[in-house]
Amino acid sequence: MKINGFWIGVLIVLALGYAFTFFVDNEFYFFAVYVVLQGLIMAVAWNVLGGFTGYVNFGSAGFFAVGVYTSIALNKAFALPLPLIIVASACICGLIGLGTGYLTLRLKGVYFAIATLAMAIVFETVANNWEYVGGAAGTYVLQPENSFFFDSYVEFLFMVMVILAVFATALSRYLSISKIGQGLAAIRDDETAAECMGVPTLRLKLISASIMGGLMGIAGAPFPFFISFVDPLSAFSLLIAVNAIAMPMIGGTAYWYGPVIGALLLGTIQEITTVTISSELNLLVVGSLLVAFITLAPQGIAGLIHDLKNGRQKAKDKSHG
Amino acid sequence: MANSIEVKNIDAGYGSVKVLHSVSIDVQDGETVVILGSNGNGKSTLIKCITGILAPSAGEIILKLDGQEIDLIGKKPEEIVELGISLVPEGRRLFPSLTVEENLMLGAYKESARVNIEDNLDMVYEAFPVLKERSRQAAGSMSGGEQQMLAIGRALMSEPKILLVDEPSVGLAPIFVSRTIAKIKELKEQKNLTVLMAEQNFNQAVKVADRGYVIVHGQIEFEGKDAESLSNNEMIKQYYLGL
Repeated sequence: MKINGFWIGVLIVLALGYAFTFFVDNEFYFFAVYVVLQGLIMAVAWNVLGGFTGYVNFGSAGFFAVGVYTSIALNKAFALPLPLIIVASACICGLIGLGTGYLTLRLKGVYFAIATLAMAIVFETVANNWEYVGGAAGTYVLQPENSFFFDSYVEFLFMVMVILAVFATALSRYLSISKIGQGLAAIRDDETAAECMGVPTLRLKLISASIMGGLMGIAGAPFPFFISFVDPLSAFSLLIAVNAIAMPMIGGTAYWYGPVIGALLLGTIQEITTVTISSELNLLVVGSLLVAFITLAPQGIAGLIHDLKNGRQKAKDKSHG
Repeated sequence: MANSIEVKNIDAGYGSVKVLHSVSIDVQDGETVVILGSNGNGKSTLIKCITGILAPSAGEIILKLDGQEIDLIGKKPEEIVELGISLVPEGRRLFPSLTVEENLMLGAYKESARVNIEDNLDMVYEAFPVLKERSRQAAGSMSGGEQQMLAIGRALMSEPKILLVDEPSVGLAPIFVSRTIAKIKELKEQKNLTVLMAEQNFNQAVKVADRGYVIVHGQIEFEGKDAESLSNNEMIKQYYLGL
């Protein structure tokens, strides 16, 4: 039942996305939804390691930037079509996730968080000094002429993002309901106990770090074509990095749908703020929402939903028993 | 179907602190062996060595499984669980935010335990009806005694041949201590388990022990060939009961 529900939802989202490219003319909406979906993919990616596994990671937006720069480099060197660039970015960021995971995942808590922050700074330093992809001055990326079946390249990018967001959500959902997800939840609760129960903790943490990296990479790969001009300041933007953490926190980190809800909510509020008030207020919005949720609903929206459901289930059990 | 563990002359410790000094014990098929000792004498360290959480610096740990001899040193914890050794950890170490049922499922994480997972779940619920009532409740929200039941149930989910129990009495009211110990005995007989239990509650432990060792400052000070020799030993009386 549940599986069917999810896949029907997926089809509806894909169909709506496709219909959107037909019926909407104002390009602003494509830009706005693109930004929200980019946040969604990053939130889902962050949550695989930070939420499911409990390894709070301050550097994961660095992987987004690695995806961005991989994309620029591949485009410049081989002018590959975007889908191939996305796959390549996913692989490269996944591998970097695996490698850095191997180096940092034996650290815990605050030490892990700081190590990941340092890692992002290393990535940024590399980007600043890599002249081929523009270095500190940045580089222009031209949108290819070929926009496949769509009226404009922006519409094509929008559809790509819809597909990637659905893919990321489906992958994270699969992880959370599979045996791997059970193991990750055990690591989050008590890693030593998980080890004693025969959960292969290191292997699961590395899987989770690789998937985090890979999904961050696919979020970053289309970005240069979207904004046309990339410099390290835009790729390593504070807002992007903070969003990747704030969205899952607000949505609820323990469930696959948490970051999805958080990203749709926060992303939409940010887009509305940008248009109606000012884009400078964005970080303030994130900050206030984050404070509100951490104090009032530390389990996020998904946690609230879960409690409500459980309460109802208990009442049901009682009336039956 | 003979399963036994032989620990031979192991040294182990944490960094530069040596905890175990040439410790040798053995547990034969179908026995309940207790390791007695008060806090900080190395009981848990010994258990950690057997489960693969801590690597001893010297000595060997041999698991005999149906005539086959397997060296446990250097094996990962998940490989040791796969071989049929299961642990009820000290202080229970449940997954507090997960439900009772999710905790039990995690006990059956190894591949070979996945086959009979439903049967084993029923078996655990039958042994501990309170767990069935609370199957959807977060493990951390239960009382200490119930949590101990869950920790034992979780260990049984992996279909162990040898059950290691580390200080089941810690943090429990006296009534739950004796209930827990009695339950371990009952399950052991029911499922033909071999049990190695570390415990500091002398009076409770000797109730179920076939044999036992007394560990003091990381060395085996006394080996009791039967429960009688443990309970009538002057040294133990002095050491434990202050007589």
